[in-house]
Amino acid sequence: MLLTATLAPAQDTTRKGVRIGLTYQPGTKPVVVVLPVTGAGGDSVAAILSRDLDFSDRVEVVTPTSAVAFDAARGKAGRAPNYGLWKTLGGAAVVEGSVTAGGVLIVVHDVGQSRIAETRNFPLGAAPMSGEWRMALHGISDEIVRWISGTRGSAQSRILYVRDKQIHVIDSDGAADRVLTQGSTSLSPAWHPRGRYIAFSKFGDRGTEIHITDVATGSTRRLATAAGLNITPEWSPDGQSIVYAHGAESGTDLVMVSAFDAGPVRKITVGRGTDNTSPSFSPDGRRLAFTSGRSGHPEIYVMDADGANADLLTPFQFGEASYRSGPSWSPDGRRVAFQSRIDGRFQIVTINLRDRGMQQLTSEGSNEDPSWAPDGRHMIITSNRSGSKQLWVLDVETGRTRQLTRMGGARLAAWSSTLPTVVP
Amino acid sequence: MLRRARVGFALATAILLTAAGACRKKEPPPPPAPEINQDSVVAAERARADSVTRADAARRDSLARAQAAASAESSAREAARVAEVRSTLTAPVYFDYDSDGLSDETRAALDAKIPILNANQSVRLRIAGHADDRGSDEHNLALGQRRAAAAKRYLTQRGVAESRIEIISYGEERPAMEGTDESAWSQNRRDEFEITAGGDRLTPPS
Repeated sequence: MLLTATLAPAQDTTRKGVRIGLTYQPGTKPVVVVLPVTGAGGDSVAAILSRDLDFSDRVEVVTPTSAVAFDAARGKAGRAPNYGLWKTLGGAAVVEGSVTAGGVLIVVHDVGQSRIAETRNFPLGAAPMSGEWRMALHGISDEIVRWISGTRGSAQSRILYVRDKQIHVIDSDGAADRVLTQGSTSLSPAWHPRGRYIAFSKFGDRGTEIHITDVATGSTRRLATAAGLNITPEWSPDGQSIVYAHGAESGTDLVMVSAFDAGPVRKITVGRGTDNTSPSFSPDGRRLAFTSGRSGHPEIYVMDADGANADLLTPFQFGEASYRSGPSWSPDGRRVAFQSRIDGRFQIVTINLRDRGMQQLTSEGSNEDPSWAPDGRHMIITSNRSGSKQLWVLDVETGRTRQLTRMGGARLAAWSSTLPTVVP
Repeated sequence: MLRRARVGFALATAILLTAAGACRKKEPPPPPAPEINQDSVVAAERARADSVTRADAARRDSLARAQAAASAESSAREAARVAEVRSTLTAPVYFDYDSDGLSDETRAALDAKIPILNANQSVRLRIAGHADDRGSDEHNLALGQRRAAAAKRYLTQRGVAESRIEIISYGEERPAMEGTDESAWSQNRRDEFEITAGGDRLTPPS
């Protein structure tokens, strides 16, 4: 088995990757026809691809299921699809798949140009319906989304979250939910940038500790921390360091340590007795956004990764005791999302780093703890809009939401980067 | 409770003493008979002696019972005082929203703990800071830490040794009361005090 990292840079929003002829315009959704997939297990493959394309929010998915529609799409066996028909019906692309020995052959047709735009045989190394097999299919979906829109999708990823005081992990489409921890309360899970490890905080007898778990082996070790409060770990983008909040008897400050080697603990905020928590790195690793109560109530600040040049990011509002916390720096580096108390409830807000313009993304129920998807377009949030705290995926462009979890009490979610796929 | 028990005890004692007195009154010497039957004299003497013995026994019995009751009462009173000391020492203190400031009420509750800590030098405390569930889950852990630290600082500034108090924060993870209104929130914004050592022999402050 060879471990191949099929990683797309998370902040890739260029249009250079557009190889399909259709003109993709952000804000409009081209209609993509996903034909029934031929071969063993084809129905499952088609279902997963269709759903992923739909969840990408970049295309309008049409799935003809009847044999008639199939014939209409493909014409007679072995002949080219009926481009004229799909053009009339407004289709922009047709996705055709067939299960082959050890993989899936995908053909994407550009309807407007009446030609095949992309063909690739994707290996599927793992056993059908296994977690790795599903993850590999999600990778195919993400690649199809990139062919069509220029930006890779986020399906090939997982989400960490807290339920019943334990860390859980769930696939981005809501499948394969499982618990990763046991024992005392565990909180604030954070992904290693390439998904190899997770870090989280855990209640102990004498305070809260930072633990690191190797996702592949499940082995867990405790980060050497001083006694007291040790919470909200965050990996540096190079995967070498962890920044977390340490509190003892005079406030809580952010500190940085090596994730794997013994080394000094470097204090990087000077809170002077105030609370400084929930760090989030900029994608280039040079800056940190964090929550600080230094002005008397929690606000979002940014600073250099070494602690210099700390600056209030969210504007002070006169006459209002605002409460803003839990920043998440967007993968394109341009925005920071956070939760802000508005009319007594938390809502998700983004602030643009260039002009500091703010945009409120939610208004239904109470919404907390945003974490960006690798596509920089979606985020996972905690919302009580359905009556209990659940994870919801929010499309920042359109405001569309989908509920990811159904079991009550889910919170503190963290979306991974695009995860590596294991292929033979 | 205590007062009612004491009245009951007094009543029981009075009944016992009356019974003993009644026995003594029934002891006049038998009137002299013209024909003295030696057997009847002996029987009468024996009866008299028996009744004296019985009366003495009753007296001793009631005395012992009174003493036992008195000692039980005193140890109950002692236990109640120790329980009161323990409850004062472990009484939670409460905070305003998103604040670690000590209100007058909170200071008074902390002041009441100081003489107890002074009278029991082997006692060690763990102060656990808590928050209501309105803030951020993560930031509330830091708030709980500050609340615990504020109470510890207040006590150590008034002479309690630093090493006798450890602090911990549970944020909003362990509410004292479930609920989504101020009556629950106000109960949850608190410091709890747990005796971690020296709690088995608490001495009330003199």
